[in-house]
Amino acid sequence: MVRKIFLFIILILFLYMIFPLISEFKILSQIPDLAKYYLEKGPDELGSANLVTSVIVSYRGLDTLGEVTVLFIATAGIGFLLRKKSRISLTPNRKASEILRTGSAFLLPIIFLYGIFIFTHGHLTPGGGFQGGVIIASGILLLMLAEISWKMNYLILHWVESLSGFFYVIIGLLGIFLAAGFLDNRLLPLGDFGRLFSAGAIPFIYSFVGLKVGSELVGILTKLQR
Amino acid sequence: MLLITIFGFALIFIGIWGMLTQKNIIKMIIGFSIVDTGIHLVILSIGFRKEGTAPIIDATLSKAEAVSRAIDPIPSALVLTAIVIGLAVTALMLVYAFKMYEKKGSLQIKDFKELKW
Repeated sequence: MVRKIFLFIILILFLYMIFPLISEFKILSQIPDLAKYYLEKGPDELGSANLVTSVIVSYRGLDTLGEVTVLFIATAGIGFLLRKKSRISLTPNRKASEILRTGSAFLLPIIFLYGIFIFTHGHLTPGGGFQGGVIIASGILLLMLAEISWKMNYLILHWVESLSGFFYVIIGLLGIFLAAGFLDNRLLPLGDFGRLFSAGAIPFIYSFVGLKVGSELVGILTKLQR
Repeated sequence: MLLITIFGFALIFIGIWGMLTQKNIIKMIIGFSIVDTGIHLVILSIGFRKEGTAPIIDATLSKAEAVSRAIDPIPSALVLTAIVIGLAVTALMLVYAFKMYEKKGSLQIKDFKELKW
């Protein structure tokens, strides 16, 4: 009974906290100055057609590096918790069905191609490293469901993970020396606006982010598989 | 867009209610995921503007028009990364729940009294 009253009080306080946000809500007719700067100068300054990408990769690149670090720490935590082999056996002893195996063999290359397309075209279309990485990890998950005995090669996984994170930071540091600051994409020529090889280093940075995110999530999956 | 803000807050509300009332640890994690989704919706709705469109320069949105028509790109950028982080954090919580189940053979929160005061 006391617990229910406390619960009720907490929920009422929460409603009270968010009420001003709803009652004073109005749709912006004018966006903030910082966003205006990004929208006005972004296309010419960084050469990226997708302005969200220019904010993520370059203007707020340090934040994205922090987010990738959070992802890495979460993966490390999962690895730490699952370091011993579980006593409860979850692996079924029969093979996956014929439909699943044939379907996954057909779909896997297409899923990989699509993931790579998404993270290399992050500066042109909606998409980017994070989404592309997740799509590649979902392809690996399909493979794991179809081929139960299949094991990911840990050596390749760890090298991809470490090297993509390493080169991500290296490109960021090169930006300090060759361009205006950390993770500045203008260390490479900007190229023609709207082409694949444009926007300076953004396609490369986003590819490394994609590989990093993909290998982190595949790492989580392989740790859960054991 | 006010509707999306309200839906977002409704999801946060449902999620907090679920986390506080449910006895099963997996259900608490589901509550956390619902709060996560609600927060994403609220952040997205903050960046919206009247008759706004996605901030991607292409045939339908020229460079000159971007300032007057595109939405604020910063909340979208924050949500984009937050979705993947939410996935990883949910995975971490589920692994923790699995470890707790291995230890005690139960997922009911009343069986874990170590932190009770």
